Amino acid sequence: MRYSNRYLNAVGRSWNEGRSVEELRQTFKSGKTRGVDWRKAQLRAILRLIHENEDTLFQLLQSELGKHPVESYRDEIGVVKKSVDHALNCIDQWMSPKKGWLPLLFFPASRKLLSEPLGLVLIIGSWNFPISLILDPLIGAISAGNTVVLKPSELTPKCASFLANKLPIYLDPKAIKVIEGGSEVSNQLLQYKWDKIFFTGSTKVGKLVMAAAAKHLTPVTLELGGKCPAIFDSLPILDIEVATKRVASGKWGACCGQACIGIDYMLVEQKFAITLIEELKKIIKRFYGDDMRNLKNISKIINKVHFERLRNLLEDSDVANSIVYGGSFDETNLIIEPTILLNPPLNSEIMNEEIFGPLLPIITLDNIKESIEFINSKPKPLALYAFTKNENFKKQILEETSSGSVTFNDTMIQFVCDDFPFGGVGQSGFGRYHGKYSFDTFSHEKAILERSFYFELGPRHPPWNNFKLEFLRSAYDYNYVGMLLLLLGLKKPSRA
Amino acid sequence: MASEEQVKNSAFDTEAANCLVKELRATVITGKTKSYEWRVSQLKSLLKMIEERDKQICDALFSDLSKPEMEAFIHEIALVKNSCKVSLKKLKEWMKPEKVKTTLGTFPSSAEIVPEPLGVVLVISAWNYPFLLSVDPVIGAIAAGNAVVLKPSEIAPAMSSLLKKLLEEYLDDSAVKVVEGGVSETSALLEQKWDKIFYTGNGRVGRVVMAAAAKNLTPVVLELGGKSPVVVDSNVDLTVTARRIIGGKWACNNGQACVAPDYIITTKQFAPLLIDSIKHELLKFYGEDPLNSPDISRVVNSDHFARLSKLLDDDKVSGKIVHGGQTDKSSLKIAPTIVLDVPEDSLIMNEEIFGPLLLVVTVEKIEDGIDFINSRSKPLAAYIFTNKKELKEEFVSKISSGAIVVNDISLHLMVDTLPFGGVGESGTGAYHGKFSFDAFTHKKAVLHRSFLGDAPARYPPYTAGKLRLLKALLDGSILGIIRALFGWS
Repeated sequence: MRYSNRYLNAVGRSWNEGRSVEELRQTFKSGKTRGVDWRKAQLRAILRLIHENEDTLFQLLQSELGKHPVESYRDEIGVVKKSVDHALNCIDQWMSPKKGWLPLLFFPASRKLLSEPLGLVLIIGSWNFPISLILDPLIGAISAGNTVVLKPSELTPKCASFLANKLPIYLDPKAIKVIEGGSEVSNQLLQYKWDKIFFTGSTKVGKLVMAAAAKHLTPVTLELGGKCPAIFDSLPILDIEVATKRVASGKWGACCGQACIGIDYMLVEQKFAITLIEELKKIIKRFYGDDMRNLKNISKIINKVHFERLRNLLEDSDVANSIVYGGSFDETNLIIEPTILLNPPLNSEIMNEEIFGPLLPIITLDNIKESIEFINSKPKPLALYAFTKNENFKKQILEETSSGSVTFNDTMIQFVCDDFPFGGVGQSGFGRYHGKYSFDTFSHEKAILERSFYFELGPRHPPWNNFKLEFLRSAYDYNYVGMLLLLLGLKKPSRA
Repeated sequence: MASEEQVKNSAFDTEAANCLVKELRATVITGKTKSYEWRVSQLKSLLKMIEERDKQICDALFSDLSKPEMEAFIHEIALVKNSCKVSLKKLKEWMKPEKVKTTLGTFPSSAEIVPEPLGVVLVISAWNYPFLLSVDPVIGAIAAGNAVVLKPSEIAPAMSSLLKKLLEEYLDDSAVKVVEGGVSETSALLEQKWDKIFYTGNGRVGRVVMAAAAKNLTPVVLELGGKSPVVVDSNVDLTVTARRIIGGKWACNNGQACVAPDYIITTKQFAPLLIDSIKHELLKFYGEDPLNSPDISRVVNSDHFARLSKLLDDDKVSGKIVHGGQTDKSSLKIAPTIVLDVPEDSLIMNEEIFGPLLLVVTVEKIEDGIDFINSRSKPLAAYIFTNKKELKEEFVSKISSGAIVVNDISLHLMVDTLPFGGVGESGTGAYHGKFSFDAFTHKKAVLHRSFLGDAPARYPPYTAGKLRLLKALLDGSILGIIRALFGWS
């Protein structure tokens, strides 16, 4: 019943979209969003929004995803706050034109690069981090001076409504709009001409977004996912505990594995597998408890469909038999226990689809070096993790594999580094954001060359002759002596 | 010879394209193209090729476009050579990982951005600068360590076959390939999975390229065109302005250039002066009979000749010709032509001209020119001639275009420290110099951590104290961290 209401709302709203888009275009045209004061005011308003509504956000995230407030702060509210702070600190510098020198040949002239807003941009968010994956790109779009339409995921409807209701109160409603709705609304939105589309989500939808963008030549940033591997080299006993804690937080800690940079599977040497599994079990018990009816600090699965999808991954009896820990499902509360699988068949679905949930396959190898070949046999992942103290192996991983990012001896924290480009390659997407990269993603860097009227070189223009050709040869080699000699008639053109 | 060529070309179908890509992927997997040595050796070979074969290159350009040797040299050979040299000089620096500052929240750690090749890339080039627009992106692709397939334009056939011959002879055949052909060959290529597609051409095909790329999530660079405007203020040095406009319009492949001036905007009073001055300089450059001047390129083929003739034959346009207008179908030549104040709804005011016709649009106040430009699609380049600082500043801040040049035409594309590329309808992505290297590179973010300094606040079981510590950590506030650790807040 509620769904059908939402559906009707969406349809009712769709005729309004055209008007919204037109209004945003007018706002952009007015030039108001270009001013640094406007940008800063909007950024500060985001800070106020998350600060004044922190408890509400904790509640919403708890209710829709079962996220503990600490997790919500770490992955959503805190991330947004940090991004805004950073943007406010740096925006003047980001906006200032970059000037540079030119070779003497162009004298007198100057060059500069000026970052200008693209215009009207569309940001499509994802349900797993329903606040940060909308607001974090928004910070970039505002910093760059654009007008924006935000389309939060319909799978977290409460967070979407929160954004739709609160943003117009805090931010400039003539420049930033939230449009709620599902795929029918997204399709509608994708028909319009945008100056940039920023999409976070699945590979399948990413392709549709890019195909729609092609009709208007709209540039896109696609933040997708993939199967992010974690290589686990044999470590000294002292480091194992820290490393496995970090693995646990990279697998189950962020939205219960429903994260694009979460660990998908692990690669470990045969002889080390048991140690790793035992240590992981200990950590799981300490972090989340082992009472299936009362798991703590772990998010739930977003909805029934994803719950079933995950359950189906374990259907295959060969896969089911490979479970060494966990495997319990609580259908009423949509909770899945942290689950470890040892060597599920490589051709099984779980080893070929992005898992996006709390199931962790561990694949054993004879030698940890084989992990490189293993990873290269699959599409390029968004993130690659490697726990190792072997510097040569680190170098080899860097040189011989390709991924959006590589993190050594930790997980997930690459997401919170300012000015650290975040984005994929190949199947994990393209384009990048965070810090200055967010600003650049939503800016056009305009090249500006300025000349004056004096000092016009005759040889630039026809009618052509050998003297001019010879002169230009010298000019292009930056051979100023040659140019001078030619001009003074002290050197003969060689091809007379 | 031609029929043999055709037979060979028609055999290039989806399957052949697939084999080609497989072969290149096999080369990439060996890691050979990634090494600094390989990249340098290829760039050096290219340089050698240009030096040894510049005569053949000029001949091919003459055969395809009657391009004067001088133009061939300035706009194609010299620019490519310069690209090679800059890449060779800077490659080591470009390939170096870039250190990044990390935050207190991730302490202790170090971060770097490591450039890596994308893999196997496709370059589809255009016929107007068939050497430059083919080889310049290939230089970027090679410098970045990729295997590359080049598809030159079939509309400049002499250059297309020369490129195939030369690149095969001079470059590593296992990593650099040239595929000749037209629509069907291009379609076969576009069905393959590439790691980047670099396309130079028009917006219509650009859309097809991007839609094909979407199927495999391939990022694209689209170098398109558009109607590049020139605003001419009334306080300028008339002779220099006229010469530079001619230089950028007719002395650049007879207007068949993506950055060529498409229309001039000037005031009603100033227009006659400016037009006279252009006429006067044109006479000096190309003489009384420009159709027979050896210093001007021809129109590329009869299709484009017909397209341009049609623009002129429009009833709304033909009466507005104030200079030129002579055409010679047999030699595919069109004289430099100026058309004054055509109606806004005429075809010529709405399509990219891409030929020797230049429009002059008059306005009451020169400032009105800015609104006129902004009411249209974003151009690849926008030019302004003025001595007024305020007007210049207004133009630079209000006009959105790939590039802006003040008091000159097209010169920006010779500056390798400026990115060359469009925005909106004029394309996406940029190249030249370091920007070419970046266009074909993936910047991999790498974070190094040690096992020390593990903040328990990150992990469950979660408590209120951990929330406080986390807030302090993300704030980067040392005092806050200490307070939270000691339980004082």
